[in-house]
Amino acid sequence: MAITEVKQTSPSQAAASSAGQQFQIEAKTLDLFYGDFQALHGINLDISQKQITALIGPSGCGKSTFLRTLNRMNDLVKGVSIKGEVRIGGENIYDKNVNVVELRKKVGMVFQKPNPFPMSIFDNIAYGPRAHGIKKKSQLTEIVERSLRQAALWEEVKDRLHSSALGLSGGQQQRLCIARVLAVEPEIVLMDEPTSALDPLATLKVEELVNELKQSYTIVIVTHNMQQAARISDITSFFLNGKIVETDVTSKIFTNPTHKQTEDYITGKFG
Amino acid sequence: MNNVARNQKIAFTCLSVLGLLTVCILIYIIGYIVSQGLHMISWEFLTTKPRKMGSEGGIYPAIVGTVYLVLTTMIIATPIGVGAAIYLNEYTSRGKITSMIRFATEALAGIPSIVFGLFGFAFFVILLKPVTGGWSILSASLTGVTMVLPTIVRTAEEALKAVPDSLREGSLALGTTKWQTIKGLILPTAMPGIITGIILSIGRVVGETAAFLLTLGGTILIPQSLFDGSRTLSLHLYMVAMETGAMDVAFGTAAVLIVLILVINITASWFFRRLVKRFS
Ligand SMILES: Nc1ncnc2c1ncn2[C@@H]1O[C@H](COP(=O)(O)OP(=O)(O)OP(=O)(O)O)[C@@H](O)[C@H]1O
Ligand SMILES: [Mg+2]
Repeated sequence: MAITEVKQTSPSQAAASSAGQQFQIEAKTLDLFYGDFQALHGINLDISQKQITALIGPSGCGKSTFLRTLNRMNDLVKGVSIKGEVRIGGENIYDKNVNVVELRKKVGMVFQKPNPFPMSIFDNIAYGPRAHGIKKKSQLTEIVERSLRQAALWEEVKDRLHSSALGLSGGQQQRLCIARVLAVEPEIVLMDEPTSALDPLATLKVEELVNELKQSYTIVIVTHNMQQAARISDITSFFLNGKIVETDVTSKIFTNPTHKQTEDYITGKFG
Repeated sequence: MNNVARNQKIAFTCLSVLGLLTVCILIYIIGYIVSQGLHMISWEFLTTKPRKMGSEGGIYPAIVGTVYLVLTTMIIATPIGVGAAIYLNEYTSRGKITSMIRFATEALAGIPSIVFGLFGFAFFVILLKPVTGGWSILSASLTGVTMVLPTIVRTAEEALKAVPDSLREGSLALGTTKWQTIKGLILPTAMPGIITGIILSIGRVVGETAAFLLTLGGTILIPQSLFDGSRTLSLHLYMVAMETGAMDVAFGTAAVLIVLILVINITASWFFRRLVKRFS
């Protein structure tokens, strides 16, 4: 597997990567400030296609902040400034002429708390495609079914597509939100603690789903749950105080981390 | 411990007595007017013209006038008010301009309606007479717009503010534009609250007398266009009672008004409950 090559990127490795393989997402010396407060310090992270990358680290270390730089959701926060670059498919998404709306079609996001729209299940899924100009009912029906199937929710909701999405359970709502993202056919799916509001059974379902999705999508997932990161991810990146301590193959991070701080964190000594 | 329980009981009793009293007074007033006026209400009363300055006959022109005035006022005020609320809540961050506009809307809401009437008289009736036709439905509607705009802006703004940011983020993250998000998600979600404000405003226009006394003219004829004068039910009630002393017609008109206002308020609270349900 190629993933063994994805260690924390030192400059020489970055050079190697640009020479050899191209990563789908490349963050390069990324700094992010909320006003005067620096939340991210020189983040370097390369993410390969169709893999699950887990971001772990104690609360407030900047995982969500980093995740939200990948689809420019931080643009919505006032006073945010960014230095460095994030390349997706080779293009710096912070370039002036980048179309943020197009970027977000390509880079979908699932949030910590399920956020179904107050409308029917069908309309939730069809919302994105409709906004992107698909009007034909037959086409929308097809997209809705496909997305719900991909999100392993179809069997549970196929008989009530036109009732409100707010009537679903928390776990179902989260899978609905995943389906809603898939309906837009992104290449990358970002997930910010997608299971933290769910019970163990619903969590398991979402985890299985994420594992399935890896076949077709690149997934970056933030999680507080060590077992979850260990179970589902290929690569794990450990954040601390706005910096990346190390990035490595998940099995290595959890059995034989290079840095003492990583070991302390995953063994529960802090965080 | 015992003392606390006793005080609690006393307070509870006092408050329920006061509450009951309020309800009783309300029921008495409504009951009195309806019982005085209900026998007047008939198909004929609602659909014929008044005779002898309104002391006899029906109230048809006043109903027509009320409907015209409400429609014109709301058709002008709703897009402006909702548009302003969208601008305030979705496009500006809470800065100086926003708080100034907010202060202005609040201050406007506290001004007695006769002052709006005076303004409307001086500005729309006299100054803009070539445009508005002097005393006319248009002059009165424009005056009404200045009166209800603060209510519409405030309620629409509250309704928009009640839409959680997580929905905005969820929509934008799907690659929709800000306007698509507002149009497709935020406005529909806030709609019950916005409609509540609109209905409350309709109630205000229906119930208003002073401002329209100065701007609507008060003719008893059926208006043929927006540039004709007219009278509303409230105005008709006032004029009939003051000028002719025909109290039965006045109470009949009052009964119609009260039923109308009740219907409007019940509709408003129904929408409000729908809004609350949406987020629970
Ligand atoms: N909108 C904001 N304005 C100012 N500071 C912020 C904002 N959002 C986050 N921060 C700060 O940035 C730092 C990183 O926050 P972030 O939410 O990325 O952490 P996190 O690793 O996702 O934490 P958690 O695990 O609790 O979700 C924190 O110190 C936080 O207080
Ligand atoms: Mg977070």
